[in-house]
Amino acid sequence: MRTVLRTTALAAVSALALTACVASDRDADGGETAGGGEGGGQDTFIFAASSDPASLDPAFANDGESFRVARQIFEGLVGTEPGTADPAPLLAESWEVSEDGLTYEFALKEGVTFHDGTPFDAEAVCFNFERWNNFTGVLQSESLSYYWQKVNGGFASSDVESLNGTGKYESCEASDELTAVITLASPLPEFISALSLPAFSMQSPTALEEYGADDVGGDEAAPVLPEYATAHPTGTGPYMFESWTRGQEVVLTANPDYWGEQGQIRRVVFPVIGDPTARRQALQAGDIDGYDLVGPADVVALEEAGFQIVNREPFNVLYLAMNQAVPELADVRVRQAIAHAVNKEALVAQTLPEGTEVATNFVPPSVAGWSEDVATYEYDPDRARQLLSDAGVPSLTIDFNYPTNVSRPYMPTPEQVFQSVAADLQEVGITVNPVPEPWSPEYLDRIQGTADHGLHLLGWTGDYNDTYNFIGVFFGQSSNEWGFDDPELFSMIGDARYQTSVEDQTAAYEAANEAIMERLPGVPLAHPVPSLAFKPSIKGYPASPVQDEVYNVITIED
Amino acid sequence: MVRLILQRLALLVPTLLGLSVLLFLWVRALPGGPATALLGERATPEAVERINSLYGFDKPLLEQYLTWIGQLLQGNFGTSTRTQVPVLEEFLDRFPATIELTLLALVFAVGIGIPLGYVAARHQGKALDHTTVVASLLGVTVPVFFLAFLLKFLFAVQLGWFPSAGRQSPSMVATHPTGFYVLDGLLTGEWDAAWDALLHLVLPAIALGSIPLAIIARITRASVIEVQSADYVRTARAKGLRPPRLRRRVVIRNAMLPVATTIGLQVGLLLSGAVLTETVFAFNGIGSFLAAAVFNLDYAVLQGFILFIAVVYALVNLAVDVSYGLIDPRMRVR
Repeated sequence: MRTVLRTTALAAVSALALTACVASDRDADGGETAGGGEGGGQDTFIFAASSDPASLDPAFANDGESFRVARQIFEGLVGTEPGTADPAPLLAESWEVSEDGLTYEFALKEGVTFHDGTPFDAEAVCFNFERWNNFTGVLQSESLSYYWQKVNGGFASSDVESLNGTGKYESCEASDELTAVITLASPLPEFISALSLPAFSMQSPTALEEYGADDVGGDEAAPVLPEYATAHPTGTGPYMFESWTRGQEVVLTANPDYWGEQGQIRRVVFPVIGDPTARRQALQAGDIDGYDLVGPADVVALEEAGFQIVNREPFNVLYLAMNQAVPELADVRVRQAIAHAVNKEALVAQTLPEGTEVATNFVPPSVAGWSEDVATYEYDPDRARQLLSDAGVPSLTIDFNYPTNVSRPYMPTPEQVFQSVAADLQEVGITVNPVPEPWSPEYLDRIQGTADHGLHLLGWTGDYNDTYNFIGVFFGQSSNEWGFDDPELFSMIGDARYQTSVEDQTAAYEAANEAIMERLPGVPLAHPVPSLAFKPSIKGYPASPVQDEVYNVITIED
Repeated sequence: MVRLILQRLALLVPTLLGLSVLLFLWVRALPGGPATALLGERATPEAVERINSLYGFDKPLLEQYLTWIGQLLQGNFGTSTRTQVPVLEEFLDRFPATIELTLLALVFAVGIGIPLGYVAARHQGKALDHTTVVASLLGVTVPVFFLAFLLKFLFAVQLGWFPSAGRQSPSMVATHPTGFYVLDGLLTGEWDAAWDALLHLVLPAIALGSIPLAIIARITRASVIEVQSADYVRTARAKGLRPPRLRRRVVIRNAMLPVATTIGLQVGLLLSGAVLTETVFAFNGIGSFLAAAVFNLDYAVLQGFILFIAVVYALVNLAVDVSYGLIDPRMRVR
């Protein structure tokens, strides 16, 4: 045993010594990064992902992590103005919309090629649109072609009746090499905005065919992605796909033939780090250059430690809804009283991430149709008490539903939001009966499936610059969530959607937002900002409200 | 010996069958369902219904169970609702990582635990012994995830000696023929990759191995103390057996029996501890995947992975029983 002991001890000591040697080596060239450790080197950008991409073919994806990767590899006809959600030219240099809103003529950028050398032209554009519209069978399942279904409304043909030939897209014609004309069957006002989604990226027709992009195996319950979507995504973007180790990392390299500016970053690595704390520590240890979805509690600590916090313009809304199926809440004076009772500034300061904006509309300011002239309900407890006694309910008792053990992008800590709002309400004499429930399915089922709820907290994050995506979803028709039937409001919102000129549409949406706040179905509380964190050396991260963030503009300082 | 192995393997069948029933019910008792976990807010009731009927979650429980068992018997472990990849494939992709991690943790636990326990027993009642007892008590009571965070904070974040997450540095270019990263580096001659992978293993292995280390040390200590005062040791000493030989041939051999059993049992602890450790260190093994499956109510993965783990656990303990024969000649006869 002595010998064994001695050997073990010797082994342990030498292992430690070896480790120490290497550690000091690493320190020597690790440089001055905040935590020590290895960074990415000067031309490698390492950005932690919270999970694997669902698919490398963005037409089959609808999640943030897939889109993050797709933004680097692919480009669509339409992009966004940097830092905003407004549509801007990308692979289409300009477009013209016919008077009736049915024909879109896209003038394409010249001299662009896909990563495999296939030229990008009008034929390629039509190939992509025809591909999406002619998805069949398992490709039509929501887990795959979610956005084409959602935006277009159907496919060329389908076994599902509600999708069979019900799409807005009619045809695509390559009238010359650089002009693609898309014809719609009926107007689709959000068409241009929606085209900025990575799901509608232009993909190489050659690669799509060569790697069987549409050969999805399995069945709807378990689709098996084809080679294209797991190993050969081919676009026109500044980065080309190199490798994907499932559960571990996605690696991209610079596209030497990129039509735009290549920039300093030549290699992008997305290591998968699922746990939020582990992401923060990886940044602190210097193992990664940045990460997304920084927890509100970590923001201050990271800033103090010298890391950069970059906020995206909020593209979401958190609101307090008032169910008008409850008799007392059907009285607008009671709803106004509640609106006056809530101290939004204090709520934002106490429970939401730094930089969060107080909301006045049910859409964030970066969305077209946000109105400055909506009725606002100042924090005024006396006014609230007065309104309650006017309504004949000086001592109101009401259910307050809120979700537990969940964190949403627009509501990191529902329990805290509840506490803050409930305290405000009690202050003006409203007795709150708390009804906490697990987020899924109990809470959502109750709010959206039944009339049995009083006040509740909920919110929404938008996909692209489309006002209807917010207020149309909330107030486009009568629903269990809000418990009112107001055909006038419903048609105001519906009509606004189908205005063909942008100016008219914006004005109509502004009017709709004003009408909503007059009727006051709920109180928009806040637009919480999503935060990203980076090493101090990372400069120029192009934060975007709709996450249109491409890394060729980033620089890394010495 | 062969009979013993066959007997034990046969016993495995009813054990696994019972476990499958428990597992199936436990997974379904988790609050919420995969449909709502997949679809998020504003999921229409129709969409939820569609997902449920797609995966057969709307069928009676007995029917669901029989379908699952039927598929299992054909080697079909189902498909992850989260990643849409067959469960078996997900498991095989990640198992090498967890084997690497648990092996290193075991080496750490055994390599330090046994000598520590032995030394403590030899110095029974003295300061060294007391220190060991207190330290191992501490080791058993500190939760794995807490230790993992502590180690990471100290050695990765503050000191920067070890990487904080993953199995390989993102900047490292390496090939992986087997999925065992350290072995891969050695096989392909990519020494820097092997070393890099080993560095990534150190902190998780220490975190994971700490509790087994403490348990092994305690058992070794207790067992050595007991054997030291056994009649046959006294007899052997009285017959003039010199102390080194006595310790090697009599004390250690006899004391190792309960320790071997304990080591076998630790494998279960290691595999379950891997769920937390791998999550903290973003280590892409079966543990972190299992944790993600819990959050996403990925029934097929939960059921499949836990069954696999049970099989591994049973086989390891079988191996331990067989090893008794090596330690104890009395058990070799059969």
